[in-house]
Amino acid sequence: MAGITSYGAYIPFFRLGGQTAGWSGLVEKAVASFDEDSLTMATAAAIDCMNGMERSLVDGLYFASTTSPYAEKQGATTIATAADLRRDIINMDFTDSLRAGTNALRAALDAVSAGTAKQIMVAAADMRLAMLRSGYEAGFGDGAAALLIGDERVAVKVEGWYSVSNEMLDVWRSQGDALVNAWEDRFVLDEGYRSALPEAVKGLFAKYNVSAKDFAKAVYYAPDPRRHTEMARTLGFDPAQVQPSLIGAVGNTGAAYALMMLVAALEEAKPGDRILFANYGDGADAYILEVTEEINKIRDRRGLKGHLAAKKILGDYETYAFWRGLVERSAGARRPEMLQPSASVVWRDRDQNIRFYGMRCKNCGYQQYPPQRVCTKCHAKDNSEPVRFSDKKGTVFTYAMDYLVPTGDPPMIIAIVDFEGGGRTVSMMTDRDINDLKVGMPVELTFRKLFTAKGVHSYYWKCMPVRM
Amino acid sequence: MPGLKDRVAIIGMGCTRFGELWDKDVEDMLVDACFEAIEDAKIEPKDIQAGWVGTVGSSFSGQMLSHPLKLEYIPISRLENFCATATDAFMNACYAVAAGVYDIVITAGVEKLKDTGFAGLGAVGGPPTAGVEPPVPPPAQFALAATRYAHHYGLSMEELKTALAKIAVKNHHNGTLNPKAHFRREVTLEQVLNAPMVAWPLGLFDCCGVSDGAAAAIITNPEIAKKFRDDYVLVKAVKLACGARQGQLQDWYDFVHFEENVAASKAAYEEAGIKNPRQEIDLASVHDCFTITELIIYEDLQFSPRGKGPEDVDAGTFTLEGELPVNTDGGLKCFGHPVGASGLRMLYEVYKQIQGKAEQRQLKKADIGLTHNLGGLPGSFTCGVTIVGRRD
Repeated sequence: MAGITSYGAYIPFFRLGGQTAGWSGLVEKAVASFDEDSLTMATAAAIDCMNGMERSLVDGLYFASTTSPYAEKQGATTIATAADLRRDIINMDFTDSLRAGTNALRAALDAVSAGTAKQIMVAAADMRLAMLRSGYEAGFGDGAAALLIGDERVAVKVEGWYSVSNEMLDVWRSQGDALVNAWEDRFVLDEGYRSALPEAVKGLFAKYNVSAKDFAKAVYYAPDPRRHTEMARTLGFDPAQVQPSLIGAVGNTGAAYALMMLVAALEEAKPGDRILFANYGDGADAYILEVTEEINKIRDRRGLKGHLAAKKILGDYETYAFWRGLVERSAGARRPEMLQPSASVVWRDRDQNIRFYGMRCKNCGYQQYPPQRVCTKCHAKDNSEPVRFSDKKGTVFTYAMDYLVPTGDPPMIIAIVDFEGGGRTVSMMTDRDINDLKVGMPVELTFRKLFTAKGVHSYYWKCMPVRM
Repeated sequence: MPGLKDRVAIIGMGCTRFGELWDKDVEDMLVDACFEAIEDAKIEPKDIQAGWVGTVGSSFSGQMLSHPLKLEYIPISRLENFCATATDAFMNACYAVAAGVYDIVITAGVEKLKDTGFAGLGAVGGPPTAGVEPPVPPPAQFALAATRYAHHYGLSMEELKTALAKIAVKNHHNGTLNPKAHFRREVTLEQVLNAPMVAWPLGLFDCCGVSDGAAAAIITNPEIAKKFRDDYVLVKAVKLACGARQGQLQDWYDFVHFEENVAASKAAYEEAGIKNPRQEIDLASVHDCFTITELIIYEDLQFSPRGKGPEDVDAGTFTLEGELPVNTDGGLKCFGHPVGASGLRMLYEVYKQIQGKAEQRQLKKADIGLTHNLGGLPGSFTCGVTIVGRRD
């Protein structure tokens, strides 16, 4: 039977919090850095989810987000390529709804159940924007979750499901809108969240003849902590059964939010635990999940806990507003505009730049990135095999801090990174504290957005200090 | 393989003032530099049989030289080899003369950097790309070498920065003595050390100027040279070495020496018959695009033992009064760095010193001089080394 075989998550390094000058929020929220978007965060979560697993056995990637970088060009394909999945797979984007994450989950379960795929990766990420200093903005956060769906070594069985469809305008964005719009709060809650989510959960209970007491944990979407607590009462759960809200530490991460809470629950779950899992958006989905012994074999993930622990509070709110393009800021020295990348070059170099393939010379064995036709060491021609460098550990051989290049987080750090097993690359370093930099420091690679030029987003790998 | 030694003579050179020449375009600068060289050689433009002109990004084709000089229907090649462009142009001109194909040829280099509206080299374009190359300007690329140098030799960053600052102070001093230099102002050690950071660990005064300018030379064979002047300068060696991006691909490349410098200088010393560079060379114009580059060059060119560059800097070895004066004209640091012209500007200073025409900067002994011209970035360079000497 189809179920969850692995989980992963990603939370950006930066937070807005009490020490952020100009930020009025009392609690913390995670904010994607200037070089991140939903696509890069989903990639990080998917890679976390596949830790120690054979990537070539995944038959598809479903990307769920309301903030995919392109309106027309699939995000899932880029994520699948960056995650180094096969070419003969099915990729889909699930979008336009806060429920996109559980929509994708349902579709993945159906595909595996129907036998059209053995394993599907569901990767959800969001980074929604609301009016500066609005209540929505205070609650929104950025993050990603990933679930691998399969029918072998299932760690979380899916025992049942129930969905309702609810047509209404509660929150919305039209094509081209940057900021989330919403109708009056009372209407949004009464006829939306407070109505549809209980309808789905009660429908599930009735369909499978279960009740709140049958569950070890209840994991469900709520737009804010107060509604999260209220909903437990509505559904009949004790506070001890309820998976805590992430609003206050991470924020409401939109289409990824319910999945991230589920990952947090699975990190603590014991074999035999039964979990109610419910999500909201244009209706609601509810699931009965049951944890198996396999859960203990997939603990080696950074997940929610690992990513929550590593953080840096942004010094000022203006930097965040600049990252989101909501205010302009002088870039320092005058620099030429970034050129739009050449689509044909991007395509030709896709394995090198997106999969981050280098090569190993079959003659002398030396690893090198980027791949060379003629080996840098023994000069053998066209005698090599591809090697994925994106998951290799690296060490900083030397570095410099550039104060001229316009970047969202100056100074720009440039490092020479030597890879385990040989080879090196010139790499930009992200998500770092400049006081921690030193020759010899260990780094890992992370897929990031370099810049956007004339509507084209340029993605590549950067290095970052190994996130503890 | 006979090589170039004593087979080519320089009979005329010209160089514009370097700087922010808002009122000069590429053609103006080429006319100024080339006519100075033509008049210095006492030839007529119609005597020129062929030309080699270099620019990194300020113009195109051999016609960039025929247009301003009105050189009619002669062969002219345009070369580009990063910041070593002018040395490459000079080398190819020497080849033609040494091969006996032409008697009198011109070589020139030019760059117009200040019309872009951007500081630095930001606007030198290139072919379409995937846009993923780290957008790292030269200061940060060379700063990688400074960080590693301190680590490698166990220096504190303060110790290294002090040694580098002394190089900047020296080159600034030399620049004050040069009416053609871009920057003609003394700086103090404190000013250099307290300057704003450009690319840590390199501050503002660790970086060379970005300038407009042009330089040119008229060359011929020694037999013909004698008919034009007694104090012609003989070419002893011109060697170019291109890296194969080893430093970007292989983890042995140490960033505290640049193998291209070693290869080009060794080849040049061998051709020129130089056994002990520190003793035999009277002056050197080297590619001090950044102070750390000049420090590494001391060691790569065997002026200083490995790791001992800072000690020689302390001892004043490379000042005008020192054992081996380096960058007597202010260097890239203060003469300026119009990239496609710099290689010939370096040669201009050595040529004038050998002829005893370096005015306030004139060294007591200037019989053998070296130019070192470096293009590219740590990890993969084009390095050109030229050695010239007084005629016997």
